[in-house]
Amino acid sequence: MKQKFDIITSTCVPLPLENVDTDQIIPARFLKATDKEGFGDNLFRDWRYRPDGSIVEDFVLNDPKYKGCILVAGKNFGSGSSREHAAWAIAGYGFRVVISSFFADIHKNNELNNFVLPVQVSENFLQELFQTIQNNPDTQVEVDLPNQTVTNKATGNSEHFDINGYKKHCLMNGLDDIDFLVANKDKIEKWEHQRN
Amino acid sequence: MNTLFDKIWDAHVVQTVTDGPTQLYIDRLYCHEVTSPQAFDGMRARGLKCFRPEQIVCMPDHNTPTHDQDKPIADPVSKKQVDTLERNAREFGLKHFGMMSKDNGIIHVVGPEKGLSLPGMTIVCGDSHTSTHGAMGAVAFGIGTSEVEMVMASQCILQQKPRSMRITINGQLGRGVTAKDVALYLMAKLTTSGATGYFVEYAGEVVKNLSMEGRLTLCNLSIEMGARGGFIAPDDVTFDYIKGKEYAPKGEDWDKAMAYWRTLKSGDDAVFDKELVFDAADIEPRITYGTNPGMGIGITESIPAEGDANFNKSLQYMGFKEGEKLLGKKIDYVFLGACTNGRIEDFRAFASIVKGRQKAADVVAWLVPGSWAVDKQIREEGLDKVLEASGFKIRQPGCSACLAMNDDKVPADKYAVSTSNRNFEGRQGPGARTILCSPLVAAAAAVTGVITDPRTLL
Repeated sequence: MKQKFDIITSTCVPLPLENVDTDQIIPARFLKATDKEGFGDNLFRDWRYRPDGSIVEDFVLNDPKYKGCILVAGKNFGSGSSREHAAWAIAGYGFRVVISSFFADIHKNNELNNFVLPVQVSENFLQELFQTIQNNPDTQVEVDLPNQTVTNKATGNSEHFDINGYKKHCLMNGLDDIDFLVANKDKIEKWEHQRN
Repeated sequence: MNTLFDKIWDAHVVQTVTDGPTQLYIDRLYCHEVTSPQAFDGMRARGLKCFRPEQIVCMPDHNTPTHDQDKPIADPVSKKQVDTLERNAREFGLKHFGMMSKDNGIIHVVGPEKGLSLPGMTIVCGDSHTSTHGAMGAVAFGIGTSEVEMVMASQCILQQKPRSMRITINGQLGRGVTAKDVALYLMAKLTTSGATGYFVEYAGEVVKNLSMEGRLTLCNLSIEMGARGGFIAPDDVTFDYIKGKEYAPKGEDWDKAMAYWRTLKSGDDAVFDKELVFDAADIEPRITYGTNPGMGIGITESIPAEGDANFNKSLQYMGFKEGEKLLGKKIDYVFLGACTNGRIEDFRAFASIVKGRQKAADVVAWLVPGSWAVDKQIREEGLDKVLEASGFKIRQPGCSACLAMNDDKVPADKYAVSTSNRNFEGRQGPGARTILCSPLVAAAAAVTGVITDPRTLL
């Protein structure tokens, strides 16, 4: 999971739906595992497969035209349940970046904590990207974490995206928050002592 | 500035990471069986013990069956998850309220009712409805499993401080209008992302006049407008509710706590990043018609015509049309329960409508108390007799059909009138169609078999 992040250039998988909630990303009946493995197989399960298990051909994950490690989704991606299983499913499927014009708070943190980069772009940039991908599924997008830019290679349009310096450092160096917190135990004990 | 949110948050800041988030101290971590096993595994892999085990409370609720809890869980995968929580709690030395113990129930029902969630606390759980505990005057929010592991390891979490919003609701709620209707109204006004990035303080006459149960319902649904959490400044309603609870402070500790709790309010000069004001007179009993909780209307209104692809996809899933009224629509299932509406007041409300009436013959009704304590009170008040005389049966506590991780699944294409919190596609079972509402609306549907304005039955 702790995959170091730098510059990623890839084709994209477009999901031009808004308010995609984490129940759609991974339905509750698949949350019963006690480990983090295999969630990718059930990513978007009920949009990807019919109840009898047969494939829904026109769902984007089943369309061979679209591939790559960047998921592009409509605004308010990841709303609803806090289940980190949604981030495990996205990472497990092989996505390393999610581009959207708006992310739900908890899910955004969950992606970051699993070394999946949420890239928030303007609605205009997003809509243009959907259009370019529809016109040419081989459209490449470059996500440059060091410079915090995302570029639609087909149009050359580029945007800056936000990420705090600490989290950027973590992603680029394969570090997580627990490493940081455990190294700070003295400070926590001191804080507790002062509080009492 | 000088909001209650600032006061509680700032009082828990251990440090601010350079060019990064806040390191926030957490007073209480709750763990359930679904979002904790990977965190415990992570702790084992790092060779860590829980930093402050006495501040962590565990209980299974999502997978628990709502019948025959005294027998082993039939689904082996659910059983494994529930057993894993118990084993982890034992290994890490944590308090655990197991299934069938009198302490068990849905975490967000049990925490407040046992005095484990108190004013001024920071409270987290791997569950988005942790916002519920904000009703106690606490900063409470849902987190992911990696963050659960952070708190286990250090009793701290790294978070960006959200912005503050105050939602004031003035006036008096009309007959048959409940806290749930207020929340459904706010979601429709704000949409499911309207409060994303914010922590909400609820205020105004309506909020002040809500019972503790009503406040818990309102705060519970904060996440459905995208807010990380929502809370209400503690007052005498809060203090009366807490006093005497099992884990509440006692004696001198109570006096000391009260002295602090009395200070927990936003200053008169408080400045919020956003302020919204609503009037109770605009709120009627509400229902949802779509596949997110923001897609709701007053029960007498018609489904709006919006026409975009997302909207049409929702209506198609629900089998509804633009411009259609839902009053009189036949329904198949009724669910009373969940961390949203599984408390004693919700059962009283439901019973007040069904009393002297009979359950519609073709409706399947699941009435699921939020905890064993709620179940006990239902029986003490004789509500069980009222409900049974009307053809309803009370099931055993748990999250149940709210997210259908146990056997309580609504079949595909069936309409479920539900007091839960989410009407997402497949939430109550693959293909199930959920209509969210208050316990009064649910009861009115349960006895008539169709969507009915509860005010006609009061």
